[in-house]
Amino acid sequence: VSKRIVILGSGTGGTLAANRLRRHFDEDAVDITVIDQDDRHVYQPGLLFVPFGLAHPDEIVRPRASQLRHGITYRQAAIDRVDLETDTVHLLDGSTVTYDVLVVATGSSLATGETEGLTGPAWMERVFTFYTLEGASALAGAFARFDGGRVVVNVVDMPIKCPVAPIEFCFLADWYFTERGIRDNVELTYVTPLDAVFTKPIASQRLANLLDEKGVEVVTEFNTALVDGEGRKLVSYDDRAVPFDLAVVVPLHSGANYVGRSPGLGDELDFVPTDEHTLQAKAKPNVFALGDATNLPASKAGSVTHFEGEFLVENIAHYLANEPLKAAYDGHANCFIETGFQKALLIDFNYDTEPLPGHFPGPVGLPLLKESRLNHLGKLLFQWVYWHSLLPGRDIPGIGSSMPCAGKQRGREQVRREAMR
Amino acid sequence: MTTTAVAGHPVDVNEEGFFLFPDQWSEDMAPEIARAEGIPELTERHWQVIRFMREQFEKHGSGPTVRVLGKTSGVSVKELYELFPKGPAKVAAKIAGIPKPRGCI
Repeated sequence: VSKRIVILGSGTGGTLAANRLRRHFDEDAVDITVIDQDDRHVYQPGLLFVPFGLAHPDEIVRPRASQLRHGITYRQAAIDRVDLETDTVHLLDGSTVTYDVLVVATGSSLATGETEGLTGPAWMERVFTFYTLEGASALAGAFARFDGGRVVVNVVDMPIKCPVAPIEFCFLADWYFTERGIRDNVELTYVTPLDAVFTKPIASQRLANLLDEKGVEVVTEFNTALVDGEGRKLVSYDDRAVPFDLAVVVPLHSGANYVGRSPGLGDELDFVPTDEHTLQAKAKPNVFALGDATNLPASKAGSVTHFEGEFLVENIAHYLANEPLKAAYDGHANCFIETGFQKALLIDFNYDTEPLPGHFPGPVGLPLLKESRLNHLGKLLFQWVYWHSLLPGRDIPGIGSSMPCAGKQRGREQVRREAMR
Repeated sequence: MTTTAVAGHPVDVNEEGFFLFPDQWSEDMAPEIARAEGIPELTERHWQVIRFMREQFEKHGSGPTVRVLGKTSGVSVKELYELFPKGPAKVAAKIAGIPKPRGCI
């Protein structure tokens, strides 16, 4: 009797999981269905470049179905809810799909409505986000018309997708206004709820130095209560104000809405509680999750999703064979951090080891935590890798799913922490 | 890590004063920690948040963020800031004797 795997979401995680599963199982043994509500797969790392005219919206969108291998059923429908007791997905059109294994890969959604004033009259006029295709495109127009004033980049609260993206945005804005010859007329401010620029100490210090070198002011521990578009200021819960002429806001993130309508599946923010190492959902043994949809203490980033893919597929195979799951995923993440002027940094880390200087993936490789042109080229090339290697679910040569240590300089503190484990 | 005394009990805290071992905490320590954080007296509303922090930590192994507190503790984010002006998630975690909320990455 053939088994049915249903994958909710056809973004990075759903697509690469479907393709890997299809290669793993014979078509007569396992039926694979992928469900998503539209047919626009956005290359999300590309959104960062759109506001600066470095990428065109059309270049970063492709149809979802054509990213899936032969032998995978793609169904375009909005999800109403999952009934964990009967292993059934209810779709908004009233139809149902039953499953033996469910994979939740519906990512996160922007909770713009949770921040007072954010989508008020100045939304898409003076207040923008680059986390949507529409927002990034509108911002491109606004930047092209901008001839000076205060630009504020604000993260409302964590977690957010690609936590370094707002910092990269500041670096690119510095480059962009410099290129246009108006940098002296632009005040750039980065406003974060964190007590430092970034969550990981060594990388945070490096990024703080870079922001300082580029003349970006940093406001920390700012919890945005109100985006006052007409008064042109952000106001925090502790009554501080940051004035702006143009605000770029990264809204609060939640899981997909249907998760909240599915009893037992999600947490208070509609993310899916998931085992950190096996990727099995806490809700029920036949439910797995990957990517931004989970509550894992890892970055919401495509690299995390990619590295999770291999272990997710192995564990679904173990589950279907009644074998114990393997606790194999280590929280591995890596990302290129664009720093402007055709340079980028690279960081590589996991649950236990923060981003360290050195080289990746081994002693001879890309420089870590250090600006270089090679890293910038890596970031540009990555778009090709994404469509042709990552989504098809192939391993990227030389880059394993677990974090490599060979090329890293390990600090005394790191060695101490490892010894304590 | 340093060992310090709170309400006469030895406890281990990190460099920012967060408890490393929540089991070392007891309710009688809360007022003293609160005073050091500039909160002269703990009201019933403060205690609602402190007890909620403890429950959440026991359930999830980490303290909630301000946003989650606002959604689930029964105290709005605005009031949370009135109760703990220096930052509800961090200050309430410190008073509740749980590790610094790990925030996110």
